Amino acid sequence: MSLDQSRAPAALIFASGFFGNEAVHVALGVGAAVAIVAGVVGVFTVIRGQSFAGEAFGDIGTAGGSGAFLLGIGPLLGFVIGNVIGAGAMELIGVQRPRGRDLATGIVLGAAIGLGALFLYLTVISQSTSGAAQTILFGSVFEISSSTVPLVILIGAACLAIVATIYRPLLLSSVSAEIAAARGVPVRAIGALYLLALALTVALAAITIGTILSTALLVGPAAAALRLTKSTPRAMLYAAGIGVAALWIGVVLAYDSDHWPPGGRLWPVSFFVVAIVFCAYVLSGLPVAIRERRERRAPAQEPARLGAEG
Amino acid sequence: MSALLSVHGVDVRISGRKILDGVSFEIGPGELTGLIGSNGAGKTTLFRVVLGLQALSAGSVRIDGRPRSRRGAAVGYVPQKFLLDPDLPMRARDLVDLGLDGHRLGIAWPSRKRRARVEEMLDAVDALRFAEARVGSLSGGEQQRVLIAHALVGQPRLLLLDEPLANLDISRGEEVVSLLARIAREQSIAVLISAHEINPLLPVMDRVIYMADGRAASGRTDEVVRADVLSRLYGHHVDVLNVHGRVLVVAGAGSESDLAGHEAVLPGPGHEHGAALEVGLDGVLGAAGEQPPRPEGKAPR
Ligand SMILES: Nc1ncnc2c1ncn2[C@@H]1O[C@H](COP(=O)(O)OP(=O)(O)O)[C@@H](O)[C@H]1O
Ligand SMILES: [Mg+2]
Repeated sequence: MSLDQSRAPAALIFASGFFGNEAVHVALGVGAAVAIVAGVVGVFTVIRGQSFAGEAFGDIGTAGGSGAFLLGIGPLLGFVIGNVIGAGAMELIGVQRPRGRDLATGIVLGAAIGLGALFLYLTVISQSTSGAAQTILFGSVFEISSSTVPLVILIGAACLAIVATIYRPLLLSSVSAEIAAARGVPVRAIGALYLLALALTVALAAITIGTILSTALLVGPAAAALRLTKSTPRAMLYAAGIGVAALWIGVVLAYDSDHWPPGGRLWPVSFFVVAIVFCAYVLSGLPVAIRERRERRAPAQEPARLGAEG
Repeated sequence: MSALLSVHGVDVRISGRKILDGVSFEIGPGELTGLIGSNGAGKTTLFRVVLGLQALSAGSVRIDGRPRSRRGAAVGYVPQKFLLDPDLPMRARDLVDLGLDGHRLGIAWPSRKRRARVEEMLDAVDALRFAEARVGSLSGGEQQRVLIAHALVGQPRLLLLDEPLANLDISRGEEVVSLLARIAREQSIAVLISAHEINPLLPVMDRVIYMADGRAASGRTDEVVRADVLSRLYGHHVDVLNVHGRVLVVAGAGSESDLAGHEAVLPGPGHEHGAALEVGLDGVLGAAGEQPPRPEGKAPR
């Protein structure tokens, strides 16, 4: 690909054809929608310590996605169906009991990985290439068909609606299940609804960056956002912002990457997204580190402390 | 009868074991009641009963003359041994705000009225100084006060605190206790505080419920902290002695081993294990300043 570098500086960043490309439009739109939902839902995942459940939904999605491929239905539908069944199974085994939670998640996760292994194997031999497996595991945001977009919007809106509806009791039961129960919050039902939102969100993340890395989009931006603010709504806003930025930058870089080594092929978007999310997390520690450094230096100026230290 | 909370003949069995055994008491508005008992006496279970979180095997619980209901904000609750997650994205102020209507669906929109109410509550528990701090980063005592404000902001008639003094040092504990006594009086609500030790509560307590092995004795402090009443409760003879303005509850002959099980009631270190349950009746027998001088060599703790 040759770039006319004298024409516009933007051409350095946006490879030719970027803005006119329908696949790019879908990738940017779906990516933004998914990142916003993942930011909002992910803040609660981190507060509630449910990253393991999120991770499990990624692996359940592998089974759902490859199963869907074998049946000839769209991957998103496969992720959604797989994850909703997975959420139901976790709930039945006892995901809401504090000690039963990891256990229930682990059991369902194990079963899903086994099933996923079988389905992926069948996928590969039925196709005699690893293309479909690659798409399911690592995503391919440029191959999302525009007919999937309404379903993405619908599921994303459902997730946001769930979180908005149960926002207060969910927050209260995340602070303390005991206090929430004492106030009359149906803690278990609220937890189950949240688990459903989580399952759907991971399904959405899986179509953009694949099942294996799907929780990175859920947990990473939220974890970074939580270090930047002490307000829950603002944390959701920041997490959504970080996620959208990561996805869009990832899409741009991936689109550029066909003239990077080895050449002629696009690098996976998921690589860029996860790398950017990781950088955001590392950078989000800076304000705290700087503040702590300043605070450590400040008391040294007080004579009393100086004497004690010296 | 104008009792705000009346508990009558409550039995609780959990997998065949009797955890509460015929517990009865009443408390009224504006009163501060101490629920005193060692580990495993059944204090937390009794709270869960009042909150409607624990099924009864027998008996009844009435709040404001009505059967207990699980919904709403009529009962404020601060659970036992509770520390907030340091990463929780909430300022102390936000947690108090959540106390207003955290059980309702949807999102709360900020308003001047909410803000004023939260501000007032933060002030009442002397927490304005750290209102903007991340709530999980506060000390145990500060979190305690924020949680009390959270429980009170919804204007409950009854406030339950499960061992609020367990992770506070003595002077912080005194502050919390006098704060709660003031709130009980000023807002005319009933406050029920559980504790291992009766000492810190004595100066402010209107009534006491003494618990041992799921049974309870209740009444005014001077009616309950008596040899005959406590002997009946513990199931063996104890003496209640008045020593230099303090009261000691001492195990009778041959029952030391029984009392050793109540180690949590024992005061701080330096006391012979299982020898005595010490009860300082400072608040009942006179203000702390009026205490007779202690004999030499026995420095006050
Ligand atoms: N859910 C439960 N299942 C079995 N035993 C319980 C349960 N809850 C409490 N108990 C038992 O009931 C007794 C009283 O417990 P608790 O009310 O927590 O006492 P306290 O709060 O006074 O320390 C203890 O012996 C405890 O083991
Ligand atoms: Mg207890």
